Amino acid sequence: MAGGGLADFKGTGMAFYDGLFEALGLEDWCGGDASSAPLSMADLLAQNSGDEATGPIFPFPSLDNLNESCAAVSQTRDLTKGIEDSFLAAKPALQTVLDPVTQPLSWLLDGALWTFNAIPWWIMIPLLVVVSWYASRSKGVTIFVAVSILLMAFVDHYDVAMQTLSIIFVCTSISVLIGVPVGIAMSKSDRLQRAIVPVLDLLQTLPTFVYLIPLIFLFSVTESKLYGIAIILYAIVPVIRLTDLGIRLVDQDVVEAANAFGMTSRQKLTGVELPLALPNIMAGVNQTIMMSLAMVVIASLVSAPGLGVNVLRGIRNLELGVGIVAGIGIVLLAVILDRVSKAALSRVDMTNMKH
Amino acid sequence: MTQDPKVRLRGLYKIFGNDPAEALKFVKQGVGKEQLLVDHQHVLGLQDINVDMQEGEITVVMGLSGSGKSTLIRHLNRLIEPTDGEILLDGEDVMKLSEDGLRQLRQKKMSMVFQKFALLPHRTVLQNAAMAMKVRGEPEADQTREAKKWLDRVGLTGYENHYPVQLSGGMQQRVGIARALTANTDIMLMDEAFSALDPLIRTDMQDLLLELQTELHKTIIFITHDLDEALKLADHLVILKDGRVVQQGEPQEILLEPNDPYIEDFVSDINRARVLKVRSVMEPLNGGKAPKDAAGEVDQNESLEKIIARSGGDTTHTYTVTKDGEPVGTLEMKSLVRALVPRVASEAGARKS
Ligand SMILES: Nc1ncnc2c1ncn2[C@@H]1O[C@H](COP(=O)(O)OP(=O)(O)OP(=O)(O)O)[C@@H](O)[C@H]1O
Ligand SMILES: [Mg+2]
Repeated sequence: MAGGGLADFKGTGMAFYDGLFEALGLEDWCGGDASSAPLSMADLLAQNSGDEATGPIFPFPSLDNLNESCAAVSQTRDLTKGIEDSFLAAKPALQTVLDPVTQPLSWLLDGALWTFNAIPWWIMIPLLVVVSWYASRSKGVTIFVAVSILLMAFVDHYDVAMQTLSIIFVCTSISVLIGVPVGIAMSKSDRLQRAIVPVLDLLQTLPTFVYLIPLIFLFSVTESKLYGIAIILYAIVPVIRLTDLGIRLVDQDVVEAANAFGMTSRQKLTGVELPLALPNIMAGVNQTIMMSLAMVVIASLVSAPGLGVNVLRGIRNLELGVGIVAGIGIVLLAVILDRVSKAALSRVDMTNMKH
Repeated sequence: MTQDPKVRLRGLYKIFGNDPAEALKFVKQGVGKEQLLVDHQHVLGLQDINVDMQEGEITVVMGLSGSGKSTLIRHLNRLIEPTDGEILLDGEDVMKLSEDGLRQLRQKKMSMVFQKFALLPHRTVLQNAAMAMKVRGEPEADQTREAKKWLDRVGLTGYENHYPVQLSGGMQQRVGIARALTANTDIMLMDEAFSALDPLIRTDMQDLLLELQTELHKTIIFITHDLDEALKLADHLVILKDGRVVQQGEPQEILLEPNDPYIEDFVSDINRARVLKVRSVMEPLNGGKAPKDAAGEVDQNESLEKIIARSGGDTTHTYTVTKDGEPVGTLEMKSLVRALVPRVASEAGARKS
């Protein structure tokens, strides 16, 4: 540490708020020698950039600036350190709970990654084409899927694309498995809805990077569940919202008829509410898939494999070509997933409404 | 009528709002609908409803929009809970039923037809018709057989595998009726079942209902805001206003003796000759002899319109009225013509001259 020079600098200068503490008669409480304090946030940043910290004439009474006059006031770095420490202190307790609960997620992700890569391409590609046909029943969409996958395979991006796809597959499935029941529960209880909506709002407004920070503390970066949780937290929101909305929007006349004929809650849910809410739920699933894809790219920062890794490489090493090809791969994947799920959606809509 | 009513409503009150029990006190002290809303922010849905609905009859509840008709009919199967009062079905208090008992009642004793049809859009016509039996968990073969039978009965053979949206409004409501009939319940609740249909289809449906009723003798509670429809269908007519029963009874009586300006307004516009029956305006024989100079015999359930046509407009005729072929009264054309003038109009005329 090259702290000596800075300490000298501070020892000579008068800090702005010295007078204040004197006037208040708090010098004794502050303790005499302020210059022995560790580096302030500004000093730390200034040190990194090589400049000396020269404050404005009238500095804001922030923790760091007050600390320069009074050592008893803690610095902002103490605050961040404190948060870090409390996180670390809570970590073992949290881990004993969270680790076993989330461990299956790691297994699922690793299993899916392994399976998608283990299946030979000459089975996998036809399989994907068949699945898209059954989901969409649209020739155009199916042909587009086939061409896109072949194209990616042709430029040697088949493996990474499959990794991305397998992660999306697992995370979307889990999001739906958890999200639909939560959405149903929310639609049945206004109280629960009022409690959950702010959480969903928060999950949706947080910048995606911010998710990663507490997760990095809790789980080791080598574990797949780290990115799995990040993706699910981000992607689960639309399926919950639209399930709740879909059930609440079900024609109340039809629900009344169901009640008038003495349906049980279960009969009503499976026979009336879910089928009529299905178009909305499917729209939620479509958005969940798209958000999983968006997040899986970002999650490559925390070791999620797939196309995102190549993009990251493109950015880090300025390998423009690598980044662009991977980027195009992501776009193709996005269009495939969107088209197939939208086509499936319009199909349920048709059986419901027109036929 | 000697038999006990199938359904009785006793002192039924319904108040919408945050504290209905508190508001009920004011209502029982005589606070009216508007005042309750302005002073206490509660909506008075129904007040002191006492209606008996006889087995095998069509009870029609009529009133303007907002008079509480839908609220009333939904109390019978407790889709709406009353604030106060009793609902007796076959003498048994519906309010005392457990959740399960209530579900049994809805499944087995009452079926409902809705103004907006309320069919399941994702189910075929056949599946919709079979809904009640499916809810009860009856064998699929029975469901199909019964549903087909009733769909045929309402004239929808061949449409079994269509979806509701593929049908016209009138056909959809036939499905609604078939659904209620397939449920095979004694009681049918019909909330403005024909109001969404155009006039011709509507007449068809009314005829269909009457035709079915002569065969099935169900206890039907029918809601309407249309007086012609009410008079055509009703055995017992209940007129609601602002959640109160203003008059109830035989429709012909209400027509001849309206006891409220509100009802007089209602009845002044209708074609009385078509609606009034001979029995309502005849002089009963009371053991006396049929007149010798009678111009002919007429059945007591003939409409006045028919008699006018028959008499060729001659007001001097007198007819013998028969019931099942036996003479029961006499009908003078003069009293017939007098009955054609609504009371309000006749009073207004009397005042002028
Ligand atoms: N859930 C409710 N909350 C508050 N007020 C209600 C509620 N349901 C009905 N009301 C009120 O009760 C009164 C009667 O309503 P209801 O729906 O029974 O009328 P209606 O005779 O069926 O009218 P329409 O012919 O328009 O169907 C109205 O003043 C209405 O505003
Ligand atoms: Mg109504």
